[in-house]
Amino acid sequence: MIRAVVLLIMSVVLVMSTLAGERYPFTKQQQRQQFLQLTQQLRCLVCQNESLDASNAPLAQDLKQQVYRMVRQGKSSVQIKQFMVARYGDFVLLKPQWQASTWLLWLMPLLLMLIAGMLICGIQRRQRARRHNNALQPHQANERTIE
Amino acid sequence: MANAKVFLPLIAFMALVGLLVWGLKHDPHAIPSQLVGKPLPHFEASRLLKPQQQVTQQLFKGHYSLLNVFASWCAACRLEHPVLMDIARRHQIALVGLNYNDRQADVLPWLRTAGNPYQVIIADSDGRLGIDLGVYGTPESFIIGPDGRILYRHVGALSMKIWRQQIRPKLKQLGVA
Repeated sequence: MIRAVVLLIMSVVLVMSTLAGERYPFTKQQQRQQFLQLTQQLRCLVCQNESLDASNAPLAQDLKQQVYRMVRQGKSSVQIKQFMVARYGDFVLLKPQWQASTWLLWLMPLLLMLIAGMLICGIQRRQRARRHNNALQPHQANERTIE
Repeated sequence: MANAKVFLPLIAFMALVGLLVWGLKHDPHAIPSQLVGKPLPHFEASRLLKPQQQVTQQLFKGHYSLLNVFASWCAACRLEHPVLMDIARRHQIALVGLNYNDRQADVLPWLRTAGNPYQVIIADSDGRLGIDLGVYGTPESFIIGPDGRILYRHVGALSMKIWRQQIRPKLKQLGVA
């Protein structure tokens, strides 16, 4: 009797989640979260500015199905991302990983700001020196204005 | 009074132009294959035209092959079909088809009319072998070595020009005539 009730409840939940438009049904909330995170962090390789979550491309559907399978199998996000990178390269991750080949990419904004800051300091110092020099020779400035 | 520093912005600009021109030569959409140099992924699939027969990656051992990923829903595949027929007729490389995300019922009529250039066609109806190969833009063509290693990938429809300028030289380089 209890088994029948449990089965009934589970069927209702499944049907309702399908009716609610849940294309990739999960029984565990944690897995649903993991799936959403992964599909938002993986790139659609056809519409390359979109995440798998956002894209309607057929390849995106296939890859989402693959992610779904792996999440249901209990694979970790790291494993699933490694799976994708092994087949499609680092580009499949929307956010570049922190690794030797991307240090320059990540640090460039900071480096550029430092360089800009140094240039500005350098320019200001030169301007201050020029103003200082002009102040030391006021008689020359007066001669010019007389004209 | 010609201060050489005046030319700095111009030099910087020319350097930037040089960099951008170099960048124009690159296709930003292209993704190089992660599998070049690696063996074919392990797979078990049935043949499209002889579904009772199973094939694995062993199919490719002992000879060079051109693995062509194609589908009946793929317009570009129709465009490259004559080139494949030509390769099958004239050249010394085994042509294996991977029917990707497709159904026998949809492919058969087309191959019957247009001709079948493939020695074997692998059925990949759910596209999972395609994912393992890193397929993202059908049609794609792979050169597979006699040890089952992936040696080269071309994304997009083949043309006689691409065959002459990219694929055949690569095959010559490998010593495959």
